[in-house]
Amino acid sequence: MCTLPTSFTPYFLIAQRLGIALITLVIVSFAVFFATELLPGDVAQILLGQAATPEAVAGLREAMGLNEPAIYRFLSWLAGLASGDLGISYVNNMPVTQLIGGRLISSLKLAGVTTLFTVPIALSLGIGAAMARGSLFDRVVSVLTISVISVPEFMVATLAVVIFAVWLGWLPALSYGVEVDSWSAMLRGYAMPVITLSFVVSAQMIRMTRAAVIETINTPYVEMALLKGASRSRMVLKHALPNALGPIANAVALSLSYLVGGVIIVETIFNYPGIAKLMVDAVSTRDLPLIQSCAVIFCVSYLSLITFADVIAILSNPRLRHR
Amino acid sequence: MTNKRPTNWTDLDNAMVEHAIRRGASRRELLKMMMASGVGIAAGSSLLASAGRAVAATPVSGGHLKAAGWSSSTADTLDPAKASLSTDYVRCCAFYNRLTFLNETGAVEMELADSISTDDAKTWEIKLKKGVQFHDGHTLNADDVVYSLNRHLDEAVGSKVNSIAKQMTEIAKVDDTTVKIVLATANADLPTILALHHFMIIADGTTDFTKANGTGAFICETFEPGVKSIAVKNPNYFKSEGPYLDSFEFFAITDNNARINALLSGDIHLAAAVNPRSLRMLEGHDSVRTSVSTSGNYTDLNIRLDLDPGSKAGFVEGMKYLIDRETIQKSVMRGFAEIANDQPISSASRYHNPNLKPREYDPERAKSLFEKAGVLGQSIPVIASEAAGSSVDMATIVQQAGAQIGMNLDVQRMPSDGYWSNYWLKSPIHFGNINPRPTPDILFSLLYASDAPWNESQYKSEKFDKMMVEARGALDEAKRTEIYWEMQEMIANDAGTVIPVYISNVDAVTTKLQGLKSNPLGGMMGYVFAEHVWLEA
Repeated sequence: MCTLPTSFTPYFLIAQRLGIALITLVIVSFAVFFATELLPGDVAQILLGQAATPEAVAGLREAMGLNEPAIYRFLSWLAGLASGDLGISYVNNMPVTQLIGGRLISSLKLAGVTTLFTVPIALSLGIGAAMARGSLFDRVVSVLTISVISVPEFMVATLAVVIFAVWLGWLPALSYGVEVDSWSAMLRGYAMPVITLSFVVSAQMIRMTRAAVIETINTPYVEMALLKGASRSRMVLKHALPNALGPIANAVALSLSYLVGGVIIVETIFNYPGIAKLMVDAVSTRDLPLIQSCAVIFCVSYLSLITFADVIAILSNPRLRHR
Repeated sequence: MTNKRPTNWTDLDNAMVEHAIRRGASRRELLKMMMASGVGIAAGSSLLASAGRAVAATPVSGGHLKAAGWSSSTADTLDPAKASLSTDYVRCCAFYNRLTFLNETGAVEMELADSISTDDAKTWEIKLKKGVQFHDGHTLNADDVVYSLNRHLDEAVGSKVNSIAKQMTEIAKVDDTTVKIVLATANADLPTILALHHFMIIADGTTDFTKANGTGAFICETFEPGVKSIAVKNPNYFKSEGPYLDSFEFFAITDNNARINALLSGDIHLAAAVNPRSLRMLEGHDSVRTSVSTSGNYTDLNIRLDLDPGSKAGFVEGMKYLIDRETIQKSVMRGFAEIANDQPISSASRYHNPNLKPREYDPERAKSLFEKAGVLGQSIPVIASEAAGSSVDMATIVQQAGAQIGMNLDVQRMPSDGYWSNYWLKSPIHFGNINPRPTPDILFSLLYASDAPWNESQYKSEKFDKMMVEARGALDEAKRTEIYWEMQEMIANDAGTVIPVYISNVDAVTTKLQGLKSNPLGGMMGYVFAEHVWLEA
């Protein structure tokens, strides 16, 4: 590394990160494949359900091309992926891209709206609490975040539906299947899922942000800034915050990565057709191309968020930036 | 109208009264039933009137219906041969038609067929209705029917009714509107078999099922597996009545509470198959009512007669006395079930044997039988799973009854995933769940014949097999009924399947939705509701 020109160092680190991400992706995809192979029954048996007589299963397997060794099918799927082809679903013979397409967009939309709503609120609450450490505000925020973490999301979601949809009748109980023909209809449709998800993801972000900022506030150079006569807000925003950016970005990325694949409960309760439910369907029907594709998408979204956070941490670290 | 509701009157009771009206109870019988439960005449009349309103009304045209089933996945299909869930049946019924269908009394009526005739129950001639059009404008003819039926014999199709269809050895076109079917052995039930949802008629040569091209009351506008389907009224529908709705949207909300909440908030008009345990949620909401249909769905305790302890004389009979049917009906099913008598033909079928009384709960008698079998004091595993609906609750009730007489039943709860392939039919004592089938013959040949693929208790009787074949070919109804009654007795006494109750299906609907009746083929009017219901303004 010493032989590299110093200005390349952060870029080298970033390239290294991206390389690791790619290797992780291939390993995860193998792991998912082996896990799927361990599940009892195959797609032909599941499709025939109770009607699965040995002859019927054998006939269907033959027709679906399932008699080839599983590892061969996996490798040919992987080769297809390299050329951008996700394969054909075993279960309904539709291209996987077509099955995933609309639902991935739905999921990303929900994740995007939730991010836009949550991140600013969570960061300002976290930084605010750190700045006013020990004050009433800080304690209220801490107690609230702890209680929000402790309540499971199915309960938040169900309570929200009972109160706002059934009792008050303000919002629709379903987020999908309601006509989205205007802005207000869209807002009404998204309100409850977004609030439920915000409860889950923001608590983590608030606590991590607060802890990271407080840690940097305790360092000698921030104390120096204070002695120099900087105002409290300048001290935190100008001196402490840039150095806390790395851990904060990581906390935000970890929380947000949950929004793509982990929202099955919200998707179920609000009948929102996202990709998490698709993955569950795929596993229960042993639909290998679909399982693999969903897994790759989750993995890519997770890795890109984490890598993005790492890049921010590298770039925001003056020691790495100016070495 | 004054609405004097007794304070403890619930929607559950309402559903019960409606159910009784549909089953043909007279006003006098109903009032008697209410008097017995302490409801006065004045209040009783008002309740009857409100229940009666739900049964009889004139259809209104127009409107967009939104209905939610309980399961949906990427395996959703528009291919009738592969249909496996209620969701698929509902869609197939909306987009396609069958040659015959079963009405609410369980009798066969003609749909695309004009007539079905036979002399020996072996060679059948089907005359088709003339001038019926598919959605793409093609006119129905014999080729479509031959193609649709032949598909079930092709293993590459993966048809769910392959085993039933195999008895059709020849399916041939006679002329444009006549089809001849020859069966391997005589079967007088063919018209009923053709009413199964899988035998929907599709256009000749269809292989693409991303859209549905049928003759049905609705045209498929959107179909996204695992998400939803939207259907619009077929203006050229061949029946004189219906459909009344302009359009119809169908999707699934898997979570029971979410489904009920969506109904209560007015986002959907029909929530299919709600859990009886959550019906209290509907109380106090006048805009919602329930529709109950009792068909032959049941969860049964299967004891294999070829393995220990089922092979010991007296053990199976002991278990039949140990199961507390009334508690299961009242507390597990919250009253939405009929007590059964250990055989698969429910009272919804015209072949049900009413003389066969369910066994009483008699732990003492069970104890003496178990003593005789020499199993008291042993730990006996009983396999249950959520996959077989309510089986875990039932298992707990039997376990407690067993504990009181010193019988140690070890209830093992298994995951739903893989239950059917790993435990069902295999473990010595396990639970199963059987969906309603339209004829006794299908149930018997599927579940109790010596070579039955799903012989849950490994029951084998040559006499039974012979009677089954005899009844199958009998065109004389009285004789058939007599044979079927005796076969039910044989199952109840000798087979290892304990069938405690027939489970009712409860659909919750808004009071605006009218025209919904119960049907022996299952909930949601045997899945055909879309073409028969209407929305009141």
